[in-house]
Amino acid sequence: MIRAHNITVTRSGRKLVDDVSITLTPGLFTAVIGPNGAGKSTLLKVLCGELIPDTGSVTYADSAGSSQKPAALARLRAVLPQATQLAFPFSALEIVRMGAVAQGAMNPTAEARKALARVGLRGFENRPYPSLSGGEQQRVQFARALAQVPQPVVSGVPRALFLDEPTASLDLGHQIAVLEIARDFAAAGGMVLAILHDLNLTAEFADRLVVLNHGRMVAEGPCLETVQDDVIASVYGITGAVGRLPPSHIPYVLPQSRHR
Amino acid sequence: MALRPAANGDRNRQGVLVLVLLALLLVLACVVSLGVGPTGVGLADLWAYASGNAASLSTQERVILEAVRLPRTALGLLVGMGLAVSGAMMQGLFRNPLADPGIVGVTSGAGLAAVAAIIFGNGLLAPFAMLLGNQFLPLMAFFGGLFNTWLLYVIATRDGRTSTTGLILSGIAIGALTGALMGLMIVMADDRQLRDITFWSLGSLGGATFGRVMSILPFIIAVLAIMPFVARGLDALVLGDAAAFHMGIPVQRLKRLVIVAVAAACGSTVAVAGSIGFVGIVVPHLLRLAMGPSHRFLLPGSALGGAALLLIADSVARTVAAPAELPIGVITALFGAPVFLFLLLGRGGMGMRELP
Repeated sequence: MIRAHNITVTRSGRKLVDDVSITLTPGLFTAVIGPNGAGKSTLLKVLCGELIPDTGSVTYADSAGSSQKPAALARLRAVLPQATQLAFPFSALEIVRMGAVAQGAMNPTAEARKALARVGLRGFENRPYPSLSGGEQQRVQFARALAQVPQPVVSGVPRALFLDEPTASLDLGHQIAVLEIARDFAAAGGMVLAILHDLNLTAEFADRLVVLNHGRMVAEGPCLETVQDDVIASVYGITGAVGRLPPSHIPYVLPQSRHR
Repeated sequence: MALRPAANGDRNRQGVLVLVLLALLLVLACVVSLGVGPTGVGLADLWAYASGNAASLSTQERVILEAVRLPRTALGLLVGMGLAVSGAMMQGLFRNPLADPGIVGVTSGAGLAAVAAIIFGNGLLAPFAMLLGNQFLPLMAFFGGLFNTWLLYVIATRDGRTSTTGLILSGIAIGALTGALMGLMIVMADDRQLRDITFWSLGSLGGATFGRVMSILPFIIAVLAIMPFVARGLDALVLGDAAAFHMGIPVQRLKRLVIVAVAAACGSTVAVAGSIGFVGIVVPHLLRLAMGPSHRFLLPGSALGGAALLLIADSVARTVAAPAELPIGVITALFGAPVFLFLLLGRGGMGMRELP
């Protein structure tokens, strides 16, 4: 279990995150939504130990997350950042292997191959990362995170996956594939926190939703309770959109998980 | 270098193979460096000496081998290692294949201190010069390099984080300031000092003695010993500070360690051999093409390759215009700059190239 108590992060006099408390429960997929600049990424950075909050605290199981050594934290959680540029032509396999090494894998190369296969990139091992498309790069990074926490639970201790816009540059099929892997990770007893923008995907995959606006948590709970007209209207400024079908001359495709 | 493609993306075996080839190349370079020179003492004499048949050589030939060639080869080996490894480490630290201690002002800091030592050695700084004797110039250059690195770190670090852009921009500013101060000092120099400065600023292994070898040895050993501990961190740093932290790397500690290592390697080489350019950029660049960018192989490969390259360059510098000697910095720049430009224009190794 990962708990954040009364987190506040202030930069240049502006509160990026304002008194937010959040708990990641093993077995649950938690999604964070909100408009640009709502403090979603900042909150994720605080939770994964990258950023020390100005007030408040983060605890991993029983010990304070920010006081843990980076190497110890690396075994408890993996992070998928937003788009990553590389200056050096590492191969896809070499990138993913870094995650396996961070986890202390006995055979990091084999773990890396397994993770690449999980994200549908078998056969891409030898490709230089900079030559991959944006979506392929994103999936290589996701495979790196998976290689760092290959098991959702290790000797009773749940692991966490932090995903910052994991679907950002993916096509619809891969968006769903990536979120399915994340949901399976949670279903097997792990913790998942994902920042998402697509409310339909969120409603399909998330067990729990956290809505941020101007750094504050404005709603929290199961999707059925939080994706409501008043919440969406106050956060995004779009009224009456929940459950409304587009006019008949506009076709629409809602994301559907392949098996549920 | 024609190597079989690593079709499965795993370049470990390729890395080991290239390291073995580089080690062989270095042995060859040492033999050439010991057996070549303007004095007529050649490979046959070297073989006689090495096979325990030293009595067949004249005293003069033995002195040339023992007191001239041997320290010079040892110095070239250590300087080459220091230059190439400091370049490779700095490029990893800044995530930029074009970064080099010469670019961020570490070399110029060491240079400024060395010039100050030459000019003020008889005046203002005479007490130190008297006290330290032959170690005066090397130590001044080392502390100059360390000071500039420290200054750079203080200026470019905010909230405990060092941004790459800040580091490079501050480095350029510090380098410009250092260059201006050096210009001021050169105006104050007399003719003899000017000649010293010119020769020193082009770089040379000419003054090699066992004293100099011993003064640089601890620095290079320390840097080589650090390599295994920073290799994984530098690999992770390629993905960015945050991703490296996520993968368990203590990023700020790693950066401090690498900065001190770079200052030690670069400052000590500048101290004993002047400023020799391009080794720190060309060697890691070529090696990335041959063995991939992973620092686990790149750092030891740079040590071997840098040493081999510098020994070969020095052998050329000694023989091509014999009995006169070219400054080695001229040789490394003559073939280093075109290789560098070729890499830049061909975009080889800039990330757009398929793996070998």
